[in-house]
Amino acid sequence: MARDIAIAVSGVSKTFKLPHERYSSLKQNALHIFTKRRYSQFKAVEDINFEVRRGEFFGIVGRNGCGKSTLLKMLAGIYVPTKGSVRINGSLSPFIELGVGFNPELTARDNVFLNGAILGLNRKEIAAKFDDIIGFAELEEFVDQKLKNFSSGMQVRLAFSIAIQAQSEILLVDEVLAVGDSSFQKKCFDVFRRLKKKGTTIVFVTHDMANVQEFCDRVLVMSEGKKLALTGPDQASDLYNRLNAQNDLDEMEQLNERNRWGTERVKVRTVEFLDGTGKPNRILTTGEPMTLRVELEPTKLDVPLLVGLALYQADGTHVAGPNSDGVKIQSGERFIEFTVDKLPLTEGTYTATVALFDKKGAETFDYIDKGFSFAVGGLKRTFGNMALFGEWRTKK
Amino acid sequence: MLNMPFLGNTPKVELNTNRNYWSMVRELAVTDFKLKYQGSVFGYLWSLMKPLAIFGVLYLVFSVFVRIGSDIPNYPVYLLLGIVLWNYFAESTNNAMRSIVDKGDLIRKVYFPRIVILFSNSLSALITLVLNLLIIVVFMLVARIFPTPLEILGFLVLTAELYLLSLGISLFLAALYVKFRDFAYIWEVALQLLFYASAIIFPLNIVPHRFLQVLTLSPITQIIQDTRKLLISPATITTFDSVHSVLRFVPYAIPILLVVLGYWYFERAASHFAEDV
Repeated sequence: MARDIAIAVSGVSKTFKLPHERYSSLKQNALHIFTKRRYSQFKAVEDINFEVRRGEFFGIVGRNGCGKSTLLKMLAGIYVPTKGSVRINGSLSPFIELGVGFNPELTARDNVFLNGAILGLNRKEIAAKFDDIIGFAELEEFVDQKLKNFSSGMQVRLAFSIAIQAQSEILLVDEVLAVGDSSFQKKCFDVFRRLKKKGTTIVFVTHDMANVQEFCDRVLVMSEGKKLALTGPDQASDLYNRLNAQNDLDEMEQLNERNRWGTERVKVRTVEFLDGTGKPNRILTTGEPMTLRVELEPTKLDVPLLVGLALYQADGTHVAGPNSDGVKIQSGERFIEFTVDKLPLTEGTYTATVALFDKKGAETFDYIDKGFSFAVGGLKRTFGNMALFGEWRTKK
Repeated sequence: MLNMPFLGNTPKVELNTNRNYWSMVRELAVTDFKLKYQGSVFGYLWSLMKPLAIFGVLYLVFSVFVRIGSDIPNYPVYLLLGIVLWNYFAESTNNAMRSIVDKGDLIRKVYFPRIVILFSNSLSALITLVLNLLIIVVFMLVARIFPTPLEILGFLVLTAELYLLSLGISLFLAALYVKFRDFAYIWEVALQLLFYASAIIFPLNIVPHRFLQVLTLSPITQIIQDTRKLLISPATITTFDSVHSVLRFVPYAIPILLVVLGYWYFERAASHFAEDV
């Protein structure tokens, strides 16, 4: 293993055997000794390869249940891979969670020594750093209080303070920053910056793309136990957002019981969203062209149509209603398209209502209420409900 | 690249660290001991009360009512010593059996050699043993028994044997209990049987000859009888008195064998504790 490589993961898989019935007693085992035990195999992590360089800030992102925690546990040595190998070069923080082994019945002082020992510090080392630990956690007045009387924020502060004293060359961090107030979070990030400067290798598992973009050098994106990509932070967070959007759409499609009515003399067959390249894509991008294409069932009726279109945000806010004034369908035509050059919608998921009326709006041919969903991947530094494509200028 | 001590047969993970786990063993043991008597007024005194209470009852029954013990010189110390050694064995194996499951939270979230838990468990049992031995010292002084340094050395060797015996059994029980919770009940019954098979209450000269050999081949009987002979009464019947073939060495070999096999079995199971507990 090359000297500049801190972690080498090659061909790592982890399969959990989930017995259909779990026998945790001998009798159950004896009774079923002749029946073959049925297992369903759950592949939590499949054939992952990557190397983390020394001093690198390496991110792992992915949706819940994508296997990133299992992978982290294999890096920490808690799980043994089913296949493949993990090689670690340098001292490693062996834990994936803060405050492991904290006991509520012990005082903060005792817990510092206990937790420190679990993290591999000896009594002398902890004693030498004790004041720093308590000082960083801002718990000077509570040293001899039992931990059960601490708020959860205080416990996390104490845990984090001990963890950073473990001073390993490779640090594994799993979503620790979700807790604690904002001023303490800032302190944590300062510590990360300092560690990064000192050349500590950090493996960071998170959901927060802002953190990814700020800290990570490279990011592993995982999906369903597999490696989706190993890229820079910008591409990775883009990919992650798309991954999330796709999943949100799948969920929305299931939830949306299509609400549809009308005389059906003219009928919608499909509705598609096309991206800037003209291909059907339900994940669109702010500022890029977008086309909504309605395909009609063949009809002999030859009347001008009023096409109603309404777009809603995930929370139900009606964001746009670009209705057509009257579209005449010539014989042989079956598509109606609505095109936007620069999509002004910002990041999020949307649903669309598509409706066909006669020109006066007296007859409803087909009305599909919130029947179609799509997602928009945002631009960097674009917030709010809509994107304004204005220009910035300076003048004397 | 160094391999971790205790890492055993998990070649798939190579960690280039050489951490000293002694402080973890000690912290866990001390915590255990602290928590055990937390919130009780008499605290550590309770760990002395238990053997004394058992002693009181058994002494009353077997020395005053049934009078088995009246043949034995210094029967009170003789009895108490047996109880204290037995208590150490029973408690350390019983606690060790549950220790891996009890520390499940730790195991799922931190890597450390799992055997650390067993060492810390045996250490906290040793603390209790040392405290209990203080009562023995008091009893011996009262009975005007003063062991020579050589006898004390012999006693330490026998205690080491007892430690190995308990550890060997603990290694098996702890790993088995993770998969089969039945062992809680199995071991409870086994301990009951062993208690009466280990001649803790009665002198071995009331045991028919054909049973005598079987009883004294148990290492726990051997340890208790050897200790009594060494410290209290030279008339105590030991394994060497009752078994005359090479078999007399068997009880001395069993603890070592159990530790070796137990270590192998435990380490084989340990790599999957994080998933199984």
